[in-house]
Amino acid sequence: MILFEALDLGLAALVLGVATWTIAARRVFGAVVGYVAYGLLLAIVWVRLYAPDVALTEAAIGGGVTGVLLISASTRLGRLPAVDAPPGAALKFGAAVISALVASVLAAAVIYLPDPAPSLAPEADAHLSATGLGNAVTAVLIAYRSFDTMLEKVVLVLAVAGVWSVAPDRFWGGAPAPLGRAVPDAALVFLARILAPVGAVIGVQMFWVGADEPGGAFQGGAILAAMWMLVMMARLTDPPRISSRWLRLGLIAGPAVFLLLGLAGPVMAGSFFAFPEGFAKPVILFIEAFMVLSIAVTLPLLVLGPPNGEAGR
Amino acid sequence: MSASTIAGFVGAGLVGLGLYALIVNTEPLKKLLAFNVIGNGVFLVFGIVARRGAVGAFPFDPVPQAMVITGIVVAFAASAFAVALMLRLAEESGSVSFDPEGGMGVDQGDEDA
Repeated sequence: MILFEALDLGLAALVLGVATWTIAARRVFGAVVGYVAYGLLLAIVWVRLYAPDVALTEAAIGGGVTGVLLISASTRLGRLPAVDAPPGAALKFGAAVISALVASVLAAAVIYLPDPAPSLAPEADAHLSATGLGNAVTAVLIAYRSFDTMLEKVVLVLAVAGVWSVAPDRFWGGAPAPLGRAVPDAALVFLARILAPVGAVIGVQMFWVGADEPGGAFQGGAILAAMWMLVMMARLTDPPRISSRWLRLGLIAGPAVFLLLGLAGPVMAGSFFAFPEGFAKPVILFIEAFMVLSIAVTLPLLVLGPPNGEAGR
Repeated sequence: MSASTIAGFVGAGLVGLGLYALIVNTEPLKKLLAFNVIGNGVFLVFGIVARRGAVGAFPFDPVPQAMVITGIVVAFAASAFAVALMLRLAEESGSVSFDPEGGMGVDQGDEDA
């Protein structure tokens, strides 16, 4: 127990230390690299909270995909001159006081929050057998709170629409700028050739076992997305044109299938977004399969950004 | 101190750090990073609520955990949209500034007209 406590304290110091370094880093690129390392450390904290599903999501999306997004943004924005004057000492002091105050109130809340907390775990457990799933988090996402998850997929589609909408009119329908350099490292090309097929299998596996073990549609989809981005970075393939029908179908497949089956709920199972008794698991996995596809298409499109006329260079 | 209390303090610390960086930094990309750090802190504090909701054979309450997973994905989508806006602003004006009077670049807003 002493050992675990020491590990927890060391991990806490490491996370806060790397976060401080990220924030204090002078150059944006350095800050982003620090942020990726920090995301992975944060995933370990989530494991210590008995949240392997969250840890996988944090490592894949919070650290990995956000890292790629910010690194490519920093290389594009890094050359720009700084225009805003740095804040004065008074503002810095005020900001430090306010931030310390907020952090202290939150820390006090952590101490005084009820322990044990009010919990829905007994209900989640009691109905788990009806869903046919073994992973309660997946059951919450796709069965108990399925409407939320469906709407969240819609948010992702809206985010892609938002990103595309800032494209200049004359580039509409074209392809976003390629990820990575025109002539990639030979080592990167080799890595993409070896890793991408393996990663694709791991992504599908993570979705499939997510029914019973840690994992699920988000995590599996994020890994597939990472593999597609890796292949694009190695220039083995280029970003698709945003007017592509297949691309758009893939983008909306997840929420569309989810919504259609939810609307079929009153006929199949007697209520909106309900799944038929004894047949819930196949329905859930069917929905999840399309969600994996949509996530694997959506995340890279969000990283690629809008078409800006740089494609084909 | 239990692992969940320590993680809760880390969450509180991250919110504080992120808030400070959000106010003090002038570079938009660093502000976005700070915003994400605040988000991580909030998720972590919610995560200890999940941990303290442990009942019986369950070492955690799955409902807050599922909401955090949803939250991480939505936070990424919001970040991606913010990056797209920044890049477009930089393309148009040659700089990214929060000051409406600032931004030394030339306004070429009617480019697409």
